[in-house]
Amino acid sequence: MVEFAGWQMPLYYGSQLDEHHAVRNHAGLFDISHMTVVDVSGADAERYLRYVLANDVSKLHSAEDGQCRALYSLMLREDGGIMDDLIVYRLSANGYRLVVNAATREKDLAWLLGQAGRQSLEILERPDLAMIAVQGPQARELVAQTLPSGEALLALAPFCAHRDDETMVARTGYTGEDGFEIIVAGAQAPALWAELHALGIAACGLGARDTLRLEAGLNLYGLDMDETVSPLECGLRWTVDTQTDRDFIGRRALERQAADGVKFVQAGLILEGNGVLRAGYVVHTAGGEGKVTSGTYSPTLARSVALARLPVDAQNDGEVVIRNHRHAVRIVKTPFVRHGKIKVDLENKLH
Amino acid sequence: MGEIPVELKYTEAHEWIREQDDGTVEVGITDHAQVSLGELVFVELPEDDTVVNAGDACAVVESVKAASDVYIPLSGTIVATNQALADSPGLVNTDPYGEGWLFRLRPNTPTQLEELLASEDYERFVAELND
Repeated sequence: MVEFAGWQMPLYYGSQLDEHHAVRNHAGLFDISHMTVVDVSGADAERYLRYVLANDVSKLHSAEDGQCRALYSLMLREDGGIMDDLIVYRLSANGYRLVVNAATREKDLAWLLGQAGRQSLEILERPDLAMIAVQGPQARELVAQTLPSGEALLALAPFCAHRDDETMVARTGYTGEDGFEIIVAGAQAPALWAELHALGIAACGLGARDTLRLEAGLNLYGLDMDETVSPLECGLRWTVDTQTDRDFIGRRALERQAADGVKFVQAGLILEGNGVLRAGYVVHTAGGEGKVTSGTYSPTLARSVALARLPVDAQNDGEVVIRNHRHAVRIVKTPFVRHGKIKVDLENKLH
Repeated sequence: MGEIPVELKYTEAHEWIREQDDGTVEVGITDHAQVSLGELVFVELPEDDTVVNAGDACAVVESVKAASDVYIPLSGTIVATNQALADSPGLVNTDPYGEGWLFRLRPNTPTQLEELLASEDYERFVAELND
């Protein structure tokens, strides 16, 4: 067990590597109730979120037949630094739900309240709700067998959610596999967990959650991005919606950065040979020095991979110093793994 | 604190040392150490015939979570390393005192062995760490 943002969480239940493979090959179960759920409602909710979030919530259609859409977005500071990343769901015409990180809970709530001003809004944290993720190629089928709304769940498109009273099931995740994230009343969560576990879905800890998201090339807030990092330099330009003239926090700063020229980009690294890349390691490239922002051992590739912030002129390869030895790294486009398949060429060795 | 076989010697760096009949010693990491590190994914071992001094960092055991140095418990010469760990580093987790051994060395001064911790001393040391 480890302490994480005030929660006691398991790093693994049994074997972290087995838990990882279970998600890639079958299905895994994650207790992610530490995530902070915040409901934003009121006549000004859309206007408010279009200003506070860098992605545009007007792309979320109003809920129909209990279905709603989800959007990944950043919340930026005025200077373009990243406050947090989150998923926003539109629950009703004037109702939205944000799922933000646990480690940033207090500052996020203070920021959201601070931006509300005199608008007609209610911002309500929902600590009464729990969250369970079921991820893997068999995940949707198994969840559909368990919940009464099974058929509707199987019909959900990616990044859509179905709501049945307090139970909300979204086809989203943080592993690079298909699956669901289920928000449920806290009191009902243990029974749901037990039922899913009884179907043979492997319980997975924070350790596997990290190796899975890294293989999928998904950023972790606090490592791959934070308040000092611009979305333009951590691979998240696609989440910043500038298609309309919408005014949102951080827009002017990002436009200035884009005009001045961005100096860093995010890329994936594959370590040639043995060892494990770790956050903070310096990466030497033809275009200058960069930095590993998060690294791990990839159970699927059976070698170390990392996300790194590199100079824009970095080429196809670089070097990392591990314990006084220089090791070659290959610079690749992420993801490393998606839907159970390796997406990078492992045979294309440098030497 | 995991299993602590009584017939072995120990160090405060969580290594175990087993005397062999041929005068060499076998070295590995303790059950307590492997549990703390989690599943190993990579083990870096010294070369055969390397002359080493007590206290030298000579090997690295690396898990998904962290890398940890392994120190030489007795000055001497490396005579063998466990090649099976290249493909199966997890042997250190599943059998830390057996198939998960790391290396064997021939000590310069076999009497140095007596300065190492006996099992009950190591047990007390680990218990105090957990307090």
